[in-house]
Amino acid sequence: MTAQISFRNLTLGYERHPAVHHLSGDVREGALLAVCGSNGAGKSTLLKGICGALKPLGGSIDLHGVSPRDIAYLPQGAEIDRSFPINVYDMVSMGLWRRAGLFGGIGRADRQRISDAIAAVGLEGFEARPIGTLSGGQMQRTLFARLLLQDARVILLDEPFTALDAKTVADLVDLVRRWHGEKRTVIAVLHDFDLVRATFPETLLLAKIPVAWGPTSEALGSENLLKARRMGEAWREDAPVCSDAA
Amino acid sequence: MNPYDVLIAPFSEFEFMRRALAGVFALALGAGPMGAFLMLRRMSLTGDAMAHAILPGAAIGFLFAGLNLYAMTAGGLAAGLLVAVGAGVVARATGMKEDASLAAFYLISLALGVLIVSLKGSNVDLLHVLFGTVLGIDDATLILIASITTLTLVTLAFIWRPLVLECVDPTFLASVSRAGGVSHIAFLALVVMNLVGGFHALGTLLSVGLMMLPAATARFFVRDLTALVTLSTIIAFAAGAIGLLVSYHLGTPSGPSIILVAGLAYAGAVVFGPIGGLAARLVPGRHLEA
Repeated sequence: MTAQISFRNLTLGYERHPAVHHLSGDVREGALLAVCGSNGAGKSTLLKGICGALKPLGGSIDLHGVSPRDIAYLPQGAEIDRSFPINVYDMVSMGLWRRAGLFGGIGRADRQRISDAIAAVGLEGFEARPIGTLSGGQMQRTLFARLLLQDARVILLDEPFTALDAKTVADLVDLVRRWHGEKRTVIAVLHDFDLVRATFPETLLLAKIPVAWGPTSEALGSENLLKARRMGEAWREDAPVCSDAA
Repeated sequence: MNPYDVLIAPFSEFEFMRRALAGVFALALGAGPMGAFLMLRRMSLTGDAMAHAILPGAAIGFLFAGLNLYAMTAGGLAAGLLVAVGAGVVARATGMKEDASLAAFYLISLALGVLIVSLKGSNVDLLHVLFGTVLGIDDATLILIASITTLTLVTLAFIWRPLVLECVDPTFLASVSRAGGVSHIAFLALVVMNLVGGFHALGTLLSVGLMMLPAATARFFVRDLTALVTLSTIIAFAAGAIGLLVSYHLGTPSGPSIILVAGLAYAGAVVFGPIGGLAARLVPGRHLEA
């Protein structure tokens, strides 16, 4: 049981206001971890911290040798320009960036992998479609195909199943299970507790501070949920300097 | 009047027309792809702002060395790069949006340029810089434009992937690579160089037109990036050649003639373009099967 990601008294936030406050703990290699909590609880902030998009206000994140660039990160409502003239095939092939880089050719084996990824998310026949013509579910499938190609040890998903129909969610959850089976570390921000209980063995319940972190059935117990709900989520303009701040 | 007299004779009989055609083609070869990317990156007005930023530099060059190709080019490049890189760095290092920081920088540059020129007490004829002299292109200018276009195409090949990726999905690019910032700055530098190359032929303001109008026209016809870049370039070629002929036969100034020809193509595309054109929207045709 080696740790893949270690939080050491981690505080993340914006303009000195903490959004994640004093988080410590290890995410095991191969863990399938759900991050839950109300809006403003710091869930997305935590993912941004892990992938290096946000520098800690205090404490540290240890990735145990994995480069932030080797983490596959699917942000919430990714800021994708859907009007850009690019098709599904090219969009998915971006997942090969770490292998191909600026100039690397995309050979026969790579093309096969791209086709396999597109098939795995059920988008065969959509290869030449401009991304502007896709539905929300098809777009999310496209992004999951790209994640597949990234072949990353650590995968971060920020509300990946929001606004999708049951069939699409089921298909994409299967992919998440497959990654778990391949011993990849998957961390997903989710709001659907039923889905979390059915699929994710481990849960971190956040309300800026970690309310609970452990087996999902315990972490999402009614007492913890009540506690999480009571925690304020307001931005206090006059917040004093935290006494634990280094 | 036969077609030969209309289309070929002006070029075969007059050397200055051949030079002008070569110059415009060289410009168009770089302007096509640059315009396409400027439009896709929602920087259509950036070209115009940069043209203003270049003006003072070129004017200062003119002030010290007269109508000297190299002095004006160096001045324009220096002013343009300073503004482009400064604005780009400020936008990426702070919370300021790119358009706001660019506006701040180019306005400062423009004001500074006007101030310096007026302090010198010289009434600089800026008309040349503004509107160019495409019919007076000499060898040195032709070589300068060709060099800039060559450099543009090679650089674009280098930064093509990050450039595309940063338009489509900037968060993703930032998560896999640092190439986004570098390619953006390189792209801004190319914009400046193409405008500087353009102002000898068309003038700064009109050389923006040769970038933006063909790209905007092409967008009404194609949905694919490669096709967009190719079509923009072809339209820029055509506008250059037809504009020169119009200018020759009607005696109109050549720079504006070229841009107006491109403008006509754009107007046609707005109305009749199959992708998002007015006619296609108003009369969509009978719908297809589900």
